[in-house]
Amino acid sequence: MPLVEVRELQMHFPLGGLPALLARLRGLPAPVVRAVQSVSFDVAPGETLALVGESGCGKSTVARCLLRLLDPTAGSIRYDGTEIATLDSDAMQPLRRNIQMVFQDPTASLNPRLTARRMVEEALLLHTALDAADRRARVDGVLEEVGLGRELADRHPHELSGGQRQRVNIARAIATNPRFVVLDEPTSALDVSLRSRIILLLESLRARHGLSYLFISHDLATVKYLAGRVAVMYLGVIVELAETGELFARPLHPYTRALIAAVPVPDPDSQRERFVLEGEIPSPMELPSGCPLRGRCPIEQPVCAEPRRSGKSRLGRYVACHRV
Amino acid sequence: MQTSAPLAPLPPPSPSLVWRRIRRNPLSFGALCVIGLIALAAIFAPWIAPYPPDATDAAAALQSVSWRHPLGTDLYGRDQLSRIIFAARIDLSVAFAATAAAVVIGSLLGAIIGYRGGWVDHIAMRPVDAIMAFPAFVLAMGITAALGNSTVNVAIAISITQVPSYLRLIRGEMLRIREMEYADAARTVGNPTWRIVLIHLLPNCMPPLIVQATLAMGFALLTMAALSFIGLGIQPPQSEWGVMTAEGASQIVTGEWWLFLFPGLAIMITVLAFNLVGDGLRDFLDPRMRGIR
Repeated sequence: MPLVEVRELQMHFPLGGLPALLARLRGLPAPVVRAVQSVSFDVAPGETLALVGESGCGKSTVARCLLRLLDPTAGSIRYDGTEIATLDSDAMQPLRRNIQMVFQDPTASLNPRLTARRMVEEALLLHTALDAADRRARVDGVLEEVGLGRELADRHPHELSGGQRQRVNIARAIATNPRFVVLDEPTSALDVSLRSRIILLLESLRARHGLSYLFISHDLATVKYLAGRVAVMYLGVIVELAETGELFARPLHPYTRALIAAVPVPDPDSQRERFVLEGEIPSPMELPSGCPLRGRCPIEQPVCAEPRRSGKSRLGRYVACHRV
Repeated sequence: MQTSAPLAPLPPPSPSLVWRRIRRNPLSFGALCVIGLIALAAIFAPWIAPYPPDATDAAAALQSVSWRHPLGTDLYGRDQLSRIIFAARIDLSVAFAATAAAVVIGSLLGAIIGYRGGWVDHIAMRPVDAIMAFPAFVLAMGITAALGNSTVNVAIAISITQVPSYLRLIRGEMLRIREMEYADAARTVGNPTWRIVLIHLLPNCMPPLIVQATLAMGFALLTMAALSFIGLGIQPPQSEWGVMTAEGASQIVTGEWWLFLFPGLAIMITVLAFNLVGDGLRDFLDPRMRGIR
């Protein structure tokens, strides 16, 4: 049984101001930004599922829905069999020790007035009955586990380096022994030299504690290393979901093909598929009818204007394309 | 007035850094020393003042500046210097109490309204705008007139006129800070709303609040002295700077200049000192505001 089951998750943000007023005057439905149109996936215990896609495709919105920082418009999110998409904040509270998140910006996600110790300790204070001495010991243990020495525990965020800050974020996320951790581009704000170390740390924590990750990224090299399966997102929908090796070896969806073709290869003589999308990503306020890639896809046919069927499995993979 | 961009959050300055930077601004540092001296004089008034503040001496009435009475004496022969020193007690403590109460009430209400946002914000801010549109001094006059003029009521009146400015300041900061990633992180960890607001967000609104409160101390002193001057605040024979200025003003025509000049100077120096310290703090806590008034 999967640990996390997401079914047809939808997140629409209503637009305010003049456009909303004009629409109401004309008797049209209120305009919305369709950040997430319909997203379904499972995360198995101990698995790392990567969610990739370009900026603005709705990856982070999915993450924020899973953590219930946003209230999804529709759809279901089940954690260990419990429906959490509609839980109120009181009912969600005890589950939070099991569902944690590492944020994208290691600086902005740490409270500038609290020390590393207090931020990690807070999770224990809220979710466990440990006394002060036990909490202290546990915080020391967690900080050591993420590679932060005890001498750094009483520092404020501005006294730590970027890599150290992200380690504090990771320590805070794993302090309560969660089972599912959402990693929202955990390395994109770090120097390249630090990335691999943080990735290795995350992988060793997963192996040691049997964590499940939803790893959100646009860095395909890291995804290839860390993830067991990859979901490719475009304009609020998952266009392809496959095992990592399969996906990189034989991408089926035209968007995935373009994404992988765009990764630079350090070999000037390599013969690679040249597969380029036309134009720019459309606004999530005015989505094309039919396939979301319509108008940009090099293998487009008239059939693409028809409403897309809810995806189909081919060779055991999920691909949402009329032409595949 | 707040032009704070959503930059990386400012780190809390360390005490030694505060000390070094304050000394670099000699005007504000001097003003801080002046406030310190006035506060010390107020605390140790019974030991410093050469005479009891209300000891009358008919033989020494209306004496000008002299060695025996450095700032002269009033109509009843009371020593001006002693009265000014004792007046600092009531002036500073009422201004401080009123400002502190306004800071606490204003920032709690502002934090709740700003964090909640949406229609709560729209509805709650309209009465606040209405109070702010009303001249603060007229409002304070109205409140003391309605409540009756005791010392506590003067403090309440000053406090009420100040609450809206803190409320608005903290509400604005909250609207900005609640969108920061660390607010989301606090939610994710499982903090209840009251902890997010009080422990994670409100302390990060402090720097502009401290500046505002320091500047408001000066304003509270002025309001109080003005209320007393027109007879609505502290009542004679209590020695209070506004009361003394009023008593002195009635003697201007007969030439007893020291009676209104020295209490007036006391008000001016204290208010100016608070304003200079406030400006210095603003420069220090928010370098982006430097040179902007």
